[in-house]
Amino acid sequence: MAVPPRFHPVVPAPYASVPFRVLSVAPPNVGGVTTTVPHLPQQSRQPPQPLPGAPRPAPGPAADEGLARRLRALACTAPLHDLDTRKANLAGEYSVYAMAEVALAAIDLVTLNMDFDTGADHDQIVARLLPRVAAQAPSRSHSEHERVARWVLENLINVGSADRGFRAVYGTFGPDGLYIRRDYDFKLIEEVAGPGGSVYLRTTDEAVNVLVGALDTDVTSAQIAAEVKLEVLISRGRLADAQLAAEQARYRTVQYAETLRRTLEATRRNVRAVDWLRQVPDMIAEALDHVADRYRHENAILTNIRKARDEAEEPEHKRRAAELVDIVKDCIRRHTQLQSRLLEAGPLFRAEQDRQSFAAPPARAGLDLYGQLVAPLLPLPVEQASRVTDAFFARGTGLRTPGAVRVTDLVDLLLTPPAERDHLGAEMPEPDLVATPDDSRFSDEQLESALALLDLPHDAPRRLSGLLAEARRQDPDLPYLVALLAVHAASPPVGTAHRQGEPHLLFAVDDGTELDDHEFGGADLILGTALLTSGADPDG
Amino acid sequence: MITDRQDAREPGEAEAPPPPIVPADVADAARLVGFGLQPKLVPARDTEYAELVRRHREDPAFARLADAVAAGLGLIVLEVSQRAGMAVAAAEDSVFAVRMGDYARRAASDAGDRFLHGLAHLAAAALAFPRPEDLADDGYIGRITVHGVDAFVRQACRRLEERAEESGENTDPASDAPGLEAAWRVYTRRSATGATKDARRLASSTTGIIGKAVAFLVDSGFLQRTGDESGGTYRTTARYQLQVRDMAGSAAMAELLDLGVVPVGDGTATLVPAADGEAADLAAGAGLPFHTGT
Repeated sequence: MAVPPRFHPVVPAPYASVPFRVLSVAPPNVGGVTTTVPHLPQQSRQPPQPLPGAPRPAPGPAADEGLARRLRALACTAPLHDLDTRKANLAGEYSVYAMAEVALAAIDLVTLNMDFDTGADHDQIVARLLPRVAAQAPSRSHSEHERVARWVLENLINVGSADRGFRAVYGTFGPDGLYIRRDYDFKLIEEVAGPGGSVYLRTTDEAVNVLVGALDTDVTSAQIAAEVKLEVLISRGRLADAQLAAEQARYRTVQYAETLRRTLEATRRNVRAVDWLRQVPDMIAEALDHVADRYRHENAILTNIRKARDEAEEPEHKRRAAELVDIVKDCIRRHTQLQSRLLEAGPLFRAEQDRQSFAAPPARAGLDLYGQLVAPLLPLPVEQASRVTDAFFARGTGLRTPGAVRVTDLVDLLLTPPAERDHLGAEMPEPDLVATPDDSRFSDEQLESALALLDLPHDAPRRLSGLLAEARRQDPDLPYLVALLAVHAASPPVGTAHRQGEPHLLFAVDDGTELDDHEFGGADLILGTALLTSGADPDG
Repeated sequence: MITDRQDAREPGEAEAPPPPIVPADVADAARLVGFGLQPKLVPARDTEYAELVRRHREDPAFARLADAVAAGLGLIVLEVSQRAGMAVAAAEDSVFAVRMGDYARRAASDAGDRFLHGLAHLAAAALAFPRPEDLADDGYIGRITVHGVDAFVRQACRRLEERAEESGENTDPASDAPGLEAAWRVYTRRSATGATKDARRLASSTTGIIGKAVAFLVDSGFLQRTGDESGGTYRTTARYQLQVRDMAGSAAMAELLDLGVVPVGDGTATLVPAADGEAADLAAGAGLPFHTGT
């Protein structure tokens, strides 16, 4: 009984698999056969003549380049899709969150917060993502929202991998017609060191390209295109589209600034390697021209949008235009920053040039570590390059004296009880408190009676002389306090009292009457209470 | 005891035959080598060390003895001077030599990590002595920062990447032959830094690897830490210059020549000054992406 069931599936298997294979696998197989197999002998006979009917006329990387580029661009979006696929695997119910949307928003935020020196702050990005995450699932807890935001950000960095990046595998045909699988490594958000050892986030070029949607385009031309588009849009009054274009222009601006920042950084590091006679001044002049050009352009745009903002009737249009003004202002700010960097470069070069050209000529020839070792080494395959670095490592790291242990020391060491460590630190000394003597001029009771005296009804102001006389009857010291409070009331803090919501306020007005008193001189002020809620003006 | 022997010998030094070697001389020679094995110690800080260095310079017999002791221990004497002390380097098979496997555990199993650790040391030296004159000039003190080394290598890698892109080359390596991946790609791929739970440097990042390298060089007496900015700033010592110039640079150069990368000139593999054409080529693009002509 056991034999037929075992035997049974073996027989139909080839029959079953044949139609199956034809259906699903055949198309790529057929394509592979028609392109590569007849192509090879043809090529070996007549190398320069491409096969007329071949779908791939120029063999080698050049033909596949466009395809490879698109495959790479496609790969850049994969981590975003992947987030939505993988959210099902998370412990808990997370399907309500649109992870790709959060991820794209995160890339947006990081790009906009990138500056010259630093990148975007990790916690700040998470904090700014929270409103969007919360909006997707308002009923969930705040901690869950934060967890989602962090999960997305960490996955964009790809914290789990050693490179903290992504890898996609794709295939191309080599010059010999062989199909080669290749690894494409890329990052979306990378971590860079900021001042003070902190870690900041930056979006990579790949991420910016994915975000803007303009894959594999030239930075400068894309920026110009974006700005022309903006101008046209504004002149036609289509502000909604204009804002989108302005934002794209800003992404481009950030990207351009990033390129220049890297260039300048390199310049500062290695002056010797720079052609200061032509290339660098040309480059700086070019960049300055670019900044001036952008500046003029963006100022023109700014003027236009300001006009649009002021003339706009609809509040929605007005708001859009106002946002646009902010975006363009930000662009201008970034350009100004770029310009100041460019202006610093000249003096820096001259100082370095002086330092090196006035040095004494070398006593003997030295090895050019960069030019003769590092530079030729980097293009080598890693296998060969490792031999060189190993040789350098073996002789360039110095020596270590191996530790020699005596048994007696070891026994002592092992038998010594571990030192007790106090977790709480040293004991705090009991603070010795000294009571400070009460040296107030007036007692609390005096203040109370003075305030009671000055608690006047709002419709019956009184003169200071009367109040002083009344105070003197209670306590010989009290008039001083009353006089002090009265003078203070001459300039009452109306704004503060109003903000703090106080219902009334004591005020004093000088109507020119002189005070007739044996202890005090000056004006006989009229004191009254102003009701703040009724809008009474103390000066009136 | 050193001064005793010095004083005893000095009166009749010119005419008398050299005094025979006594065990005390060997002890002094060994002590000098012992000082040399403490790389952070300099003669200026220790009078006995300074005295032994002086004797090494003035007494050829003692110098030969000390050199012999060093050689017996598997050490190569690079220089004996007041500025560097007794600068000794470990021979390849010596017990004092540092092995990559002990230095970084991952490097033993991962070819990429092994390369990155080696490259970190080479790049630190290259940035510490950027010009051939700097390596040749005994008075030169190089300054490096951890972030500076990383940025400098990244820059060089980026230039190669741009060049590869310009020529339309596909540099993505074949999946089944990781050893054929271009060296610069391994570096570019590795992230520069990364956040960790305990706010330390991510050990597998390139700044982590460079940070480890410079910390190790500090322990070797090759660098001195001068500050914390840019991931740590360091200053080179005389010993580092000697080690790079006389040991590591030439060894790496020999290996490179062995790979057939640089054509052999007049037979001297070491300290080859860059030819005029080569230097001009370097000046145009070394470490910098200013290719206005291309």
